[in-house]
Amino acid sequence: MEPLTSKKKVLVQKPLTFAERIYLPAITKGLSITISHFFKKEATIRYPEVQREMSINWRGMHSLKRDEDGKERCTACGLCALSCPAEAITMIAAERKPEEKDLYREEKYASVYEINMLRCIFCGLCEEACPKEAIYLDGPIVPSDYLRKDFIYGKDKLVEQPLVKK
Amino acid sequence: MDISFVIEKFVLVAVIFGISLVIAMYSTYAERKVAAFLQDRLGPDRAGPAGMFQPLADGLKMFMKEEIIPTNSNKWLFMVGPGLAMLTACIGTAVIPWGSSISFGSRVIPLQVTDINVGVLYIFGVVSLSVYGVMIGGWASNNKYSLLSAIRAASQNISYEVAMGLAIIALLLVTNTLSLKEIVEQQHGWHWNVLYQPLGFILFIVCAFAETNRAPFDLPECETELIGGYHTEYSSMKLGFYLFAEYINMFVSSAVMSTLYFGGYNYPGMDWVLLHAGPVIGPLVGTAVLFIKIFAFIFFFMWVRWTIPRFRYDQLMHLGWKVLMPLAIANVIITGIVIAIVEKF
Repeated sequence: MEPLTSKKKVLVQKPLTFAERIYLPAITKGLSITISHFFKKEATIRYPEVQREMSINWRGMHSLKRDEDGKERCTACGLCALSCPAEAITMIAAERKPEEKDLYREEKYASVYEINMLRCIFCGLCEEACPKEAIYLDGPIVPSDYLRKDFIYGKDKLVEQPLVKK
Repeated sequence: MDISFVIEKFVLVAVIFGISLVIAMYSTYAERKVAAFLQDRLGPDRAGPAGMFQPLADGLKMFMKEEIIPTNSNKWLFMVGPGLAMLTACIGTAVIPWGSSISFGSRVIPLQVTDINVGVLYIFGVVSLSVYGVMIGGWASNNKYSLLSAIRAASQNISYEVAMGLAIIALLLVTNTLSLKEIVEQQHGWHWNVLYQPLGFILFIVCAFAETNRAPFDLPECETELIGGYHTEYSSMKLGFYLFAEYINMFVSSAVMSTLYFGGYNYPGMDWVLLHAGPVIGPLVGTAVLFIKIFAFIFFFMWVRWTIPRFRYDQLMHLGWKVLMPLAIANVIITGIVIAIVEKF
């Protein structure tokens, strides 16, 4: 019967030649290949002293932004918590007192805002859902820790630092 | 037998034992570093500068782990196995001449623990005994994989002992003596035995790879085939003893190879050095040269491990009995003929 493709290759198993049977020439060739790798530069990257470049679309740790006057943008509307597929965000809203006018943009703000970094999958849906452009995922890789409770990040870790006024 | 003799021997034994343990410890570190550099990566480099304290960290880990003894195992044999492996590994260092004699004024101290006149036979006996450590460990674990690996290890060891013994017999035709000290003294300068017995050296080094269960003959302990081999059920210090005994075996095999074939503490130009360096420093230079040769062999052991794939069990047996043994016998015959011809003229 005719072969169906032209790519058929018949396997040829010749008996080993004398040089192949004594193993030594092949071993010497292999040893020379291996020792050449000994003197090449290694491909390891010495993390964390040296870090690789991230792509433009990199999604890292969350940060709650402030506006140009230094007031927190987040109004505790809860859209980020609603859109989070891992249910990692929780918050408690509070009313702004008259003396706190410089701290928060609108009359409602988040007194407690917690993200459980172990549940978060860094999908970025909270960043897309926020109507106030308050949360962005532009931080570094979340550092490692020992206890589960230390991974629930509160506002002290999430809100960015206030701008230094000139 | 005066007290200073006892003290000399005691100090020598303690120093040699300490040095062999330290070298085995840093062999584990060197193995990981050499393996890493051959594979385009770094080895351990966090524990101390360039990872130098990694063996200490490993030793501490071995001490701290929990000792598990399986319920259905043979408890007495379970504990004897690693001990026997370590014992036979360490006593091999007793007959190797580490240097010519140091003389302090009137006292002459030979740098060899004992110079028995059947030194080569002693080394052979110790190497044969080392099979027991593996076999007892595999049997006492009450585990099918360990037993399989112990059986394979035992058959591999006794098969390659035959070719090794025959290679040594050819060497004995050249040297006419079994005492290691005299073998080294005959290789003064650059008259190393490897020049007189190249085929014998190749046979000996292949059999040394097989005797120390080192790649490409490491079927007894490979992880892909037998989980952990004969040391599957061992934990903490007993496992540490098995792994350590393998590295000490590697060290002793390298020392024996350097002594029998590569001239021991001899090197070209040694007469000039001995004349100018005095009776204390001169022999120590020879000892340093011996250690350089040993380290070169240990590096070769590690280099071959990451180059050559493992032998299958039937290929291993075929090589031991059908290739190496006839070659060794042919080597003996050829050596005998050449010596007879040379003596005629």
